[in-house]
Amino acid sequence: MELSTLLPFLANVIVGGLVLGFVYAIIALGYTMVYGVLQLINFAHSEVFVTGAVVGFEVFRVLAPVNMNGYLKLLIALLAAMTISGLLNVIIERLAYRPLRGAPKLVPLITAIGVSLILQDVLRVIEGFQGRFDLTYTLPTGFSSAFCGPESSCAPLGKFLTGIGVSLQLKDVILIVVSLLSLAVLNYIVNRTRMGKAIRAVAQDRVTAGLMGIDGNRMISATFLIGGALGGISGVLFGMKFGTVNAYSGFIPGVTAFTAAVLGGIGSIPGAVLGGLLLGVLEKLIGVSNVFGELLGIKNLAVIDDSYSKLGAFIALVLILIFKPTGLLGKSNVEKV
Amino acid sequence: MTAALKSPKVTPDRTILLVLFFIVTSAFLLVSHNGDLLGQMGPVGTALKNPIVEALMVSLFLANILFAYLWKAAPWARALVGAGSLLFVLPAAGREDTSLLDLSIQIMIFAALALGLNIVVGLAGLLDLGYVAFFAVGAYTWGIVGSPRFAEILKYFGENPGGTNAGTLAIGLVLTAVTAASMLYISRLTARTAPTAATTWSFRLASVGVVAGVILTVRALLVLLAPQADGLANGLNAGFFWLFLALSIFAAAAVGVLIGLPVLKLKGDYLAIITLGLGEVIRVLANNLDLYSAGSQGITPIKSASVPWFDAAAGALGFAPDQYYLLFLYALVLVMIGLILTVNVRLDRSRIGRAWIAIRDDEVAAQAMGVPLMQTKLIAFATGASFAGVMGMIFAAKQQFISPESFVLNQSIAILSMVILGGMGSFPGVILGAAVVTLLNLRILPGLGEATANISWIPQQANPGQLQRLIFGAILVAMMLLRPEGLLPNRRRQLELHHDDNQEDESAQGNAGALGTATGDVYSAGYAPAKEDDKAGGSR
Repeated sequence: MELSTLLPFLANVIVGGLVLGFVYAIIALGYTMVYGVLQLINFAHSEVFVTGAVVGFEVFRVLAPVNMNGYLKLLIALLAAMTISGLLNVIIERLAYRPLRGAPKLVPLITAIGVSLILQDVLRVIEGFQGRFDLTYTLPTGFSSAFCGPESSCAPLGKFLTGIGVSLQLKDVILIVVSLLSLAVLNYIVNRTRMGKAIRAVAQDRVTAGLMGIDGNRMISATFLIGGALGGISGVLFGMKFGTVNAYSGFIPGVTAFTAAVLGGIGSIPGAVLGGLLLGVLEKLIGVSNVFGELLGIKNLAVIDDSYSKLGAFIALVLILIFKPTGLLGKSNVEKV
Repeated sequence: MTAALKSPKVTPDRTILLVLFFIVTSAFLLVSHNGDLLGQMGPVGTALKNPIVEALMVSLFLANILFAYLWKAAPWARALVGAGSLLFVLPAAGREDTSLLDLSIQIMIFAALALGLNIVVGLAGLLDLGYVAFFAVGAYTWGIVGSPRFAEILKYFGENPGGTNAGTLAIGLVLTAVTAASMLYISRLTARTAPTAATTWSFRLASVGVVAGVILTVRALLVLLAPQADGLANGLNAGFFWLFLALSIFAAAAVGVLIGLPVLKLKGDYLAIITLGLGEVIRVLANNLDLYSAGSQGITPIKSASVPWFDAAAGALGFAPDQYYLLFLYALVLVMIGLILTVNVRLDRSRIGRAWIAIRDDEVAAQAMGVPLMQTKLIAFATGASFAGVMGMIFAAKQQFISPESFVLNQSIAILSMVILGGMGSFPGVILGAAVVTLLNLRILPGLGEATANISWIPQQANPGQLQRLIFGAILVAMMLLRPEGLLPNRRRQLELHHDDNQEDESAQGNAGALGTATGDVYSAGYAPAKEDDKAGGSR
């Protein structure tokens, strides 16, 4: 491949990876919030996220014939998905995790797996009643058009990106904006509000926080609510990005997002975002490894095609956990006996 | 503390009931699977043919074996019921209905898998969500060489030999031997003294060397064997089955050690998610390495062993020729279960078994007591994996077809739910769990699905036959919430879990235990034995 075509190609791949990475980052935040407070991997989060995607699909479907601003439709979809996913997460916590506080660690982990299996079938049955399995998003017109047409007047950044040959769709830009907005709001809640302070206190030491008059259970519920709402947002974004979801499609993004959380240092909010972005780019790069193979003259790399790109997350996970188990931005946790 | 004074519950002698139950259920099983007889019986026959009734018959019959284990009865009756069910009645009914034979092999395969996972999760406390990967290793080991796939691979290597010759073989063998020996040496060295950076890195280097050596050796062997490709068009001679039965143990155990070495430093949730990832890696590889695994279309037909005298005996007993291999596998898997159970029981009572339980209960304390963590965990991983390897091979021979579809995450979770349902750490419990889940999956749910297919008010989407995940999930959650120790609990674990409950209850009441009026029942180390005693005086 010529250098003149290679650079735009790489830029395209990296920008595409970043867009994907934002979806992973927002899912990863859901894992990392819960883990930070309860030290529990909420396996059911991937289904909470799919629930958000399904809700988003239903909203877009119902609103499709309505003559309304596309952004308003998106806002309604996001709010509905946030509410339902958040509440679902709170209910799961109340029924499946809270009774098991203090049990050996394996026990809530297994209920989490159980809940995720139950939700998968429930979602399938609910959608099955309407005769649907693969839910194809019908986005408002314009969302899928190019972000920066050649003749239209667009922002300097857009001009620059189009100039170096990156093709972005409007929905990709929306996705990034929504992700950044929700990050900002989350950051505000966790670091600037009383509730955020209380959540951080519970995360540090539940018992002592209790002695200071903080209701641990309420704060844990709040964490699950926020985590679920983030799951809802990421579900809608995921649906917009990939176009189709079904009841079982939470598994791979779920594991990838968990990897992202671990990569950044689980429990750390900036870490989750960093991890998500890195993994998104990594996945895209593996998908084009045949191009690198061609460049470097390694024939065997051409065998690695898109179907291996999902392995990137797993291999990254193994390597991180072996060499830097605390993650990039994580703090090491000294074991107390 | 009055419970300690309660007299133990006396279980009545149920010899007669047991024998009666055995005779009745056996008769029903034999009749309900005899097509000719059912045809002559008119409406009763039609009722017996109903899939739900049939599933019920099979379940009731299998309950015999459970009752023979649980009930208090004369030893001869228990032996009669146990051996009679497995050795006579089941094969006899299976002769009329091959699917019954298939089902019992499947149950036993899962029982062995659950026993293997039980060592890893139940005894050593390492949550492994990729267990099915080892099953896949065993299945593919035989699947590749026992089918036409082998000839294809040889042909490919014959056409693309690269620079491989006998020299490469020698280099590969030497490299493997040297690096393996140095690995052993280093691990011996570090067993006595603390590992340094130098030993750690040289160990890692050596392990890379082993992998490279094995790859070189295998590649050279394949190239050297390539001229034989045409003669092996149907795979290796079925006589090699036994060799590969031994090999699959080692292959799976080796993969267990290879996966375990880097991974087992992690604990709890991290270990769970990373094993899940590795299980997924193996599935993706099976899906993508088209040359070796035929990708998603799978490998078929896979041979079973042929044992002439066994076939002759089966023929004499009135089995049809196409049932010979199933009957053979049934006998083989029965022997295997016996072996695995023996190994399990012996391990459980050995030093290793106690070390596993110590690690499960408190890793730091176990380490302080001188249990070598890594080594002990690796042994657990490798033992569990080797059981899975053998069963994978038998599974491949039974299905005669394997594809990546059989080795998905849901299988791992199904096996995990067997272990949990039956009772982590309890061998009879785990076998019971395997039987219940397999029956549920293969007979009861499909039976219910079939029976409700034509009922108008049950919609097709909510057909119980399709709700496998929901039911597994519900089992997992319900068991964890209501009875975390499982159906047939392991005594020690039961005490442990309830002991935890007590602690939790007290902390929930705040300081009431210490300062309040009532019991003063605060947990303290000195108090523990008294509590354990009062539960140990139970029924058995």
